[in-house]
Amino acid sequence: MEDLKMDDEEALCAETWLRPSSGNSIRQPNQPSFTNFTLSNDQPEWEDPSLLDYGVRIGTSFSKYSFAPDQDGQSLQSNNSNSKRGEVNQQINEVLKIGKAQDWDPRAMLNNLSFLEQKIHQLQDLVHLIVSRKDQILQQSDELAMQQQQLITADLTSIIVQLISTAGSLLPSVKHNLTGPTAMAIGKHRHISEILCNSGLGLDATNISESHGMGPNVANQVEPTGDTAPSHHPLDEPELKEEDDADEGENLPPGSYEILQLEKEEILAPHTHFCTICGKGFKRDANLRMHMRGHGDEYKTPEALAKPNKGNSSEAMLLKRYSCPFAGCKRNKDHKKFQPLKTILCVKNHYKRTHCDKSYICSRCNTKKFSVIADLKTHEKHCGKDKWLCSCGTTFSRKDKLFGHIALFQGHTPAIPLEESRGVEGLLEQGETTGGEKNRIDQSINFSFNTESHNGSRVQNIMDMKGSIDDPSSYLSPINYDSFNEFSRAAFDDPDGGFSFLIPGSCNYGQKNGGQSCYSDL
Amino acid sequence: MKKQKTADFGQEHSRELHHNLFETLSEEIIFTILDFLGDNPLDKKSFSLVCKCFYSIEASHRRALRPLRTEHLPKILSRYPNTVRLDLTLCPRVTDTSLAAISSSSCGPSLRSIDLSRSRFFTAGGLSRLASECVNLTEIDLSNATGLRDPGAAALAGARNLERLWLGRCKLITDMGIGCIAVGCRRLKLLSLKWCLGVGDLGVGLVAVKCCELRTLDLSYLPISNKCLPSILKLPYLEDLVLEGCFGIDDDSLSTLKHGCKSLKALDISSCQNISHLGLSSIVSSIEGLQQLTLAHGSPVTAPLAASLKKLVMLHSIKLDGCSVTCSGLKAIGSYCVSLGELSLSKCSGVTDEAFSFLVTRQKQLKKLDITCCRQITDISLAHITSSCTGLTSLKMESCSQVLKEAFVLIGQRCHFLEELDLTDNEVDDEGLKSIGRCSRLTVLKLGICLNITNEGLSHIGRSCSKLVELDLYRSSGIAESGIVAIAQGCPSLEMINTSYCYGITDNVLVSLSKCTKLHTLECRACPHITSLGLAMITIGCKQLTKLDLKKCNKIDDAGMISLAHFSQNLRHINLSYTSVTDLGLLSLASISCLQSMTILHLKGLTLSGLAAALLACGGLAKVKLHASFKSYLPQTLLEHLQARGCVFHWRNKPFQVKKLKVKKITQVYR
Repeated sequence: MEDLKMDDEEALCAETWLRPSSGNSIRQPNQPSFTNFTLSNDQPEWEDPSLLDYGVRIGTSFSKYSFAPDQDGQSLQSNNSNSKRGEVNQQINEVLKIGKAQDWDPRAMLNNLSFLEQKIHQLQDLVHLIVSRKDQILQQSDELAMQQQQLITADLTSIIVQLISTAGSLLPSVKHNLTGPTAMAIGKHRHISEILCNSGLGLDATNISESHGMGPNVANQVEPTGDTAPSHHPLDEPELKEEDDADEGENLPPGSYEILQLEKEEILAPHTHFCTICGKGFKRDANLRMHMRGHGDEYKTPEALAKPNKGNSSEAMLLKRYSCPFAGCKRNKDHKKFQPLKTILCVKNHYKRTHCDKSYICSRCNTKKFSVIADLKTHEKHCGKDKWLCSCGTTFSRKDKLFGHIALFQGHTPAIPLEESRGVEGLLEQGETTGGEKNRIDQSINFSFNTESHNGSRVQNIMDMKGSIDDPSSYLSPINYDSFNEFSRAAFDDPDGGFSFLIPGSCNYGQKNGGQSCYSDL
Repeated sequence: MKKQKTADFGQEHSRELHHNLFETLSEEIIFTILDFLGDNPLDKKSFSLVCKCFYSIEASHRRALRPLRTEHLPKILSRYPNTVRLDLTLCPRVTDTSLAAISSSSCGPSLRSIDLSRSRFFTAGGLSRLASECVNLTEIDLSNATGLRDPGAAALAGARNLERLWLGRCKLITDMGIGCIAVGCRRLKLLSLKWCLGVGDLGVGLVAVKCCELRTLDLSYLPISNKCLPSILKLPYLEDLVLEGCFGIDDDSLSTLKHGCKSLKALDISSCQNISHLGLSSIVSSIEGLQQLTLAHGSPVTAPLAASLKKLVMLHSIKLDGCSVTCSGLKAIGSYCVSLGELSLSKCSGVTDEAFSFLVTRQKQLKKLDITCCRQITDISLAHITSSCTGLTSLKMESCSQVLKEAFVLIGQRCHFLEELDLTDNEVDDEGLKSIGRCSRLTVLKLGICLNITNEGLSHIGRSCSKLVELDLYRSSGIAESGIVAIAQGCPSLEMINTSYCYGITDNVLVSLSKCTKLHTLECRACPHITSLGLAMITIGCKQLTKLDLKKCNKIDDAGMISLAHFSQNLRHINLSYTSVTDLGLLSLASISCLQSMTILHLKGLTLSGLAAALLACGGLAKVKLHASFKSYLPQTLLEHLQARGCVFHWRNKPFQVKKLKVKKITQVYR
């Protein structure tokens, strides 16, 4: 079931990439007018620090890119739109190949920068052109405006992909890129949108000609993707972009953190690592590397299998914080009391929990819903068990919460299940049966309380659960992205600290947990 | 009602009452007379058997009951309607039916105290009924209710007026159960949760929040940490706090305590290995009114630790049992503590003459001193003790073997107020005893393993210490007939005597001891010369006898048992190992209805059927020690039946020991 879903989303991603091709016809006539080469003030400002900071890592990250030079070059040549650019690109790739051996080459960097400069000038001209033809555009159909916007974002995306590849990867998960054209595009797309704020989804200009033939298909599929992309008026787009860039520039005082914002699609994408050969997606790079072994001996070398940039990750990095793309959210960088998210995983979990439907329903209680599957699994471990009851009918998932409640309210007292129900529970704890357990435990609860209080207890239970999940401290804890798994979180949630030894059946806790986290990885 | 009843009696039996002198006495006066018939329950029984009038007066006078059998509870409770205190410690089997009988009886609503500490087989249901119907219940002892779970505790919570509750060793009760009690019994003044291993911070914390009137709180060996301490110390009336063996409490947690407990008077943090002088000083600084401090088996007693006691101006008693002690620590205690009344250094290592003498000369107010097993102490210290602490009432100095025998004379010369003296395993001799005889207030004297004392010295004690209650002569092999005869003649209030391994003891000794009518404990293990005749004299004279140890008195036979069965109706514990008692004697013991505990190892004349019959016949047995070989021979159903009655079997597998070899060994060791 989940696989199907993932495939869908994957297709969606691919389609969004193809969209800008429809703007190709507009772009080509514009190209000759690219004469005005003036650098924008903003761009270098936010290029520089990243370039300098990540200069050290360029060598290795470039080596990843260097898998694709031929394909890239071919597509550029066949495009014929800018042969010089293709040459430069090839040049860069050559330099990068050298860079792999030499680690860091200032000349290669210079080449890259000049190439980028060119591209920026081109884009700037294009924008100028659009602005000059503002009146005409207003009369044009919406579709054309949209295409224009997409064209610009595509170009910008392209630039930034280059920039990023020059600067090295910003994320641990991005350090290994993929060579196939589609996967490459998707991989790039990932890096880009982290930086592009509120930008539409775009395609590298070099791919336009390739995807040109797919125009009709794309046109049909514009609507769903247009829905997901933030809809800006085509005319506002360039200005808005500049504003955003300026914002980021302002938010980068030396020593402070850098705000990255992923797009919604980004966040909801099931996989972040794709096989360049067969296109299969993976959640973890390590799994991808394992997968790659099946594609040939060159992927079986220790270098190919090793974790990239392992040594450099400990070096001084600019602090990165993440913003939620949902406007108005406290985690959104435009919010007055903006509170950044620490890791991508935080972003993903936050977005799913707060702004998405809770589609996972606990199969035991049929009451609790979750949007993050790990939350469901955590809940399922405790669902039905460890019901801490108060005489008022409120249930608590944690003993200390119950005692806090009782200490607070006069007359409330811990409710102890009757001897019989206790026995049933005990048996069930040992039996570990999933199907019948819920019903029987529900019965046992009903046995000691009337139905009304039972309903109330459910509501309270949900609130309690929600409270514990939304607690930012448990998720903003400094858990490394790579080492994060559910087990560490479950350990925090352990309701009765040192007394687990008194609870029968608690011994298999860790084992069970580990198994589940393994499954969720796949 | 009562008066009416007596009046009825008067009309019916006017002729009898006409001659009854007690008729002129009012009920109140008879009640006052009855108040003086306290010690022996048989006295009251005799009184009530005089006539129906006396019977009813005695029945309405009785406040406390200690029944032997739960079967008779309904009858007893209707006979004694004014019962306030019900002690069920002699009933090993108390079922829910019994508790229901108590609850529904006429004295149910007036019952204030019930002791179930030795009883089993009751459940939450019975307790629930008890709690709901005995509304005036203020005291429940549920110690050793190891099967009691949270529902039982929840049932207890129904006793809203409960003030004193003991739950020692209720290991299955968890925070939830204690939480129920905390919410339900808001008036608790005393709560003992010793060994309730299922109770943690949350439960204790809730108790501290809800039961604001707590005076005494025993949290020994609970797995609690610092989390519940702040709320405990906020209790406004807390006076006595026991935190013995709470390993979860450490220096860090104590150092964070900001507010102290001003009302606290006694604190026990024994065996808290994680509390050093740092933690102590931080907790002590917040409890300035502390009077008693117990630090037994804790961190070493050093100068910084003693210095932290400086703030405790009210400190009266320190117990440092089992700690390692430094010279500077002891001296600091001597100089910092204002006026100590009680000091215990039992089994402390490192107590030297120099430091201890310094301490003793500073603390002249000492009343109780325990220096058991301080083996470095010599007569120098004893001289200092006796010269400076003349007001001593209790001196325990077992195994201070470096103190020379001449030094013990000083005790008698200077400490005339001594009431308790423990000289076990010391060099004291007859001269010393003669001097100690001057301590006329002496009630407890322990002279076990004092190999230098003889009859002559003991005679001095017997002549002058008439208040003696307890005398221990264990393995003091120099003692024989005349010494104990002198004691028996001179100490009429003697209650406990131990003459084990005093091989010279004869029947004459027992005959003279039979004059001590209050005697309730007689241990004469391995006295080969005493016979059933002497035992018979004891049984006739000492009606209060409750504990009797006749192990290895191989001349004791069935005759002795028959006289025991006939006269010693209060006997509860008996050890008959290695005696010549047979089936007959054992079976005759069945008529002692109080009998609870029997140790019958290596009885040659005992057969399987005789044993089975005796076990079945002794209805109140709670504990039986038997040789393991019987376990397989006795029918399983019989064992199950006995266990259902509340009897616990202890199976021993010791090989039979030949007595004469033992004697030789002992003499080798102690000579």
